[in-house]
Amino acid sequence: MEKILEVKNLEVSFHTYAGEVRAVRGINFHIHKGETLAFVGESGSGKTVTAKSIMRLLKAPLAEIKESSSILYKGREVLQMNKTELQDYRGNDVSMIFQDPMTFLNPTMTCGDQIIESFILHQDINKREARQKALEMLNVVRIPDAEKRLDAYPHELSGGMRQRVMIAMALACSPSILVADEPTTALDVTIQAQIMALLNALKVKFDTAILLVTHDLGVVSNFADRIQIMYAGKVLEEGTAMEIFYKPQHPYTWALLKSVPKLSKHNKQELYALKGTPPDLILPLEHCPFAARCEYCMKICRTAMPDRTKITETQYVSCWLKHEKAPVIEPGYKREV
Amino acid sequence: MEIQSNLFEMIGIEENETDVISRPRVGYLADAWRRFKLNKVAVVAMIILAILIFMVLFGQAISGYNFSDMDKTARNLAPNGSHWFGTDKLGRDTFARVWQGGRISLAIGVIGALVSTVVGCLYGGIAAYIGGVVDDVMMRIVEILISVPYLIVVILMSVILQSKSVGTLLLAMTITSWCGMARFIHAQMLQIKGQEYILAAQVLGERRWRIVTKHMIPNTLSVVIVSITFDIPGYIFSEAFLSFIGLGVQSPDTSWGALVSEAQSTFIFYPYQLLFPALMIALTMLSFTLMGDGLRDALDPKLRK
Amino acid sequence: MSKYILKRVLYMFLTLFIVTTLTFFLMRSIPGDPLASMAQALPDQIRANFLAKYGLDKPLFEQYLLYLKGLIHLDLGDSVVYAGRSVSETIRTTSPVSGFVGGIALFIGVGIGSLLGIVAALNKNKWPDFLVIFIAVLGVSVPAFVLAALLQMIFAARLGLLPSSGWGGAKYCILPIVVLCLGPIASYARYVKSSMLDTLDQDYIMTARAKGMSESRVIRKHVLRNSMLPAVTLFGGSVVGVFTGSFVIEKMFSIPGIGFYYINSINNNDYTMILGTTIFYATLFVVMQLIVDCVYVVIDPRIRITGEKI
Repeated sequence: MEKILEVKNLEVSFHTYAGEVRAVRGINFHIHKGETLAFVGESGSGKTVTAKSIMRLLKAPLAEIKESSSILYKGREVLQMNKTELQDYRGNDVSMIFQDPMTFLNPTMTCGDQIIESFILHQDINKREARQKALEMLNVVRIPDAEKRLDAYPHELSGGMRQRVMIAMALACSPSILVADEPTTALDVTIQAQIMALLNALKVKFDTAILLVTHDLGVVSNFADRIQIMYAGKVLEEGTAMEIFYKPQHPYTWALLKSVPKLSKHNKQELYALKGTPPDLILPLEHCPFAARCEYCMKICRTAMPDRTKITETQYVSCWLKHEKAPVIEPGYKREV
Repeated sequence: MEIQSNLFEMIGIEENETDVISRPRVGYLADAWRRFKLNKVAVVAMIILAILIFMVLFGQAISGYNFSDMDKTARNLAPNGSHWFGTDKLGRDTFARVWQGGRISLAIGVIGALVSTVVGCLYGGIAAYIGGVVDDVMMRIVEILISVPYLIVVILMSVILQSKSVGTLLLAMTITSWCGMARFIHAQMLQIKGQEYILAAQVLGERRWRIVTKHMIPNTLSVVIVSITFDIPGYIFSEAFLSFIGLGVQSPDTSWGALVSEAQSTFIFYPYQLLFPALMIALTMLSFTLMGDGLRDALDPKLRK
Repeated sequence: MSKYILKRVLYMFLTLFIVTTLTFFLMRSIPGDPLASMAQALPDQIRANFLAKYGLDKPLFEQYLLYLKGLIHLDLGDSVVYAGRSVSETIRTTSPVSGFVGGIALFIGVGIGSLLGIVAALNKNKWPDFLVIFIAVLGVSVPAFVLAALLQMIFAARLGLLPSSGWGGAKYCILPIVVLCLGPIASYARYVKSSMLDTLDQDYIMTARAKGMSESRVIRKHVLRNSMLPAVTLFGGSVVGVFTGSFVIEKMFSIPGIGFYYINSINNNDYTMILGTTIFYATLFVVMQLIVDCVYVVIDPRIRITGEKI
């Protein structure tokens, strides 16, 4: 399969008065054409920062993407793009939708105008044609009464509608990749499912790859092709959705999976809760970031960083338990069939 | 490099370790002070203000003249060795007069700002605390008072009160000036009242009075402090304005406004008589404004990084 | 919306009624009658005639009703100091002069102020920002009469380029306008700057950038509009600022505007004039505020979000 985006050794730091916060600490990943890759992790794990780095939306000089990092889009280095190349890249090649569709839509502009803007920016068409296309887009994202909604202001729509408008805006120029940063977090559960289903349908329709950023494994399960588990700016485990859900390898992944509530008549188990908080990203991290919260923590976990170990062609894990000298343990999570 | 096997001994989670705070917390006030100090302009403004206050207190003594002593042999002198800022048309030492006038001007500024802030906070706070119809009526009164231009009210009150002492002047100046603060505090209180953490405190059974003192007051305090720093120059300005149109501080008392007003008619011939008090007004206004800016930025929790 | 306006108009009349009533009775509560302030003692007969002429011999409440009746016909009575000069007539003839000078000053001040605010916000922490801060702070810290005196000295007395005071032609307007527009320049520069920095920090600006918009287009299409709209609310205050600022300026430059007569009436204790002019200013401010608020509701959809008041 064709890799359309390849990120190598991405490191991002924020400069604060307390010191340098290393939000992303050297991660590698790639996205294939038309697939859905999900980043899963707690808040502060660096997933949103990674997503914004791809769009180059982080604000300098507060945020700094390190020199050694590389983001290749179809072989072109995104981090080296000049202003015009970047404008062409954003929205046209890769576009993004955000968590809260209320604050991320301009409150003084009608939804229609905001979608029209996307067309005008990247296509050589006049305003009337753009309006027609915007109307089509609203139909594509299944907004009822599209003609009327075109002239509505964001606050006149419900949360789900607004997110649909955001999606229409982002997909206007059929980008190759859609970065979706927690697209359903601010929505009701029933609406969440609708939005996810819509994204999935559009992914096929436009042949768009989706980078889905979320903290909710439940959201991911039905839609993601591949999953990366992030923690403290590092990728702890990556694999296909099947591998992550059926053969997880990392204790953190086990913990995440155990904390997803299950509906079953016989389920009398108390829901698992992971204790503690993620490490402070301002401190240097020379050992496994999860060591302090890991039930299987070994002495070495507190002194050295584990290597990335290959499990299958698609599954990799960074954990000392995979070392040949480590004790063999029962996997901490078994999927009930 | 070979890794020793004993390193793979399992130790699991050490209790308590996960919750360790790993970097020192920076307190709100300490952090505000740190950020205020970073703002060089605000610090300079604060130093200038300190110098001004010192001179206002001791300037007259330093000059060796009394501000109201006339010297017929030394009228309208330019600044010189014995009269550092020169003299006015009655031969009074301008240096002594500027600092004496500064006492009145600064006093009016500080007292005016404090009075209107305290009254405004109480009024707005009480209205929000009681709520209901009382709140509606109280705030409607404020709306009406606030809809009359401030300077018009002050002029009107000065005319009505006739007597021109500093006390009545302050009364005229503060009679409606507290309305802005009352409205602000009222809005602030209502906004905080609707916030989730107040609900949480109520659910936890916190008493109403404790909620006011523990949550509402600390959350508005910083804004109030900033507003006082911005109000003080406003009063100094208004006093100068009133003095200029003949309604301000009356002779033999004087203020910066009165000094400027006196000097204005002969400005073309003796510009320095106007220059010094005008400079003091400008310097004070400037310092308070810049310090207020610094304080606002420093105290705003949203700007913490 | 129409309900909102109706409610506001009703409150406006209520406000004006209360202001009028309060001012009327407060003015009458000044010890002695208006004649007491006149220098020369008048013979009893003349005094009685005088009181009768102004209706001052009637009970206070009747005087009040008469005044209100006159107010409905826009008749604010006669000046007690200058016989035969009607207050309404004075306001009618003098306010256009003030309005002309003040209007131009306001127009220039708002324009330049907003422009400076934009420039400052776009160059935050660079020299244009510091320059604008300097101008804005100077604008609020130098009293208008000091600036007026300074300009008179430089341009009239020293350079002889412009007349120092008087009325009659464009040349006479320049200095007063320069002094008057400094206030709006300062307040608008500060407001627009902070409003714009606030807008630049909003999430939807990131959306706009993510669409692939050039920075200048983001500013033009998203930032400018959203940060300029709230500046409309400043306008009411600026109108009052320019008008009250004109008290001093008109006196210093001898401009025959309403402020000039207002200050004169204060110095002469011409209380019908004070009363009438106060009501005029209050009306002006209240109407201005109403217009500004309504316009703002119409042009800024964000206000409608809360919706409850409207």
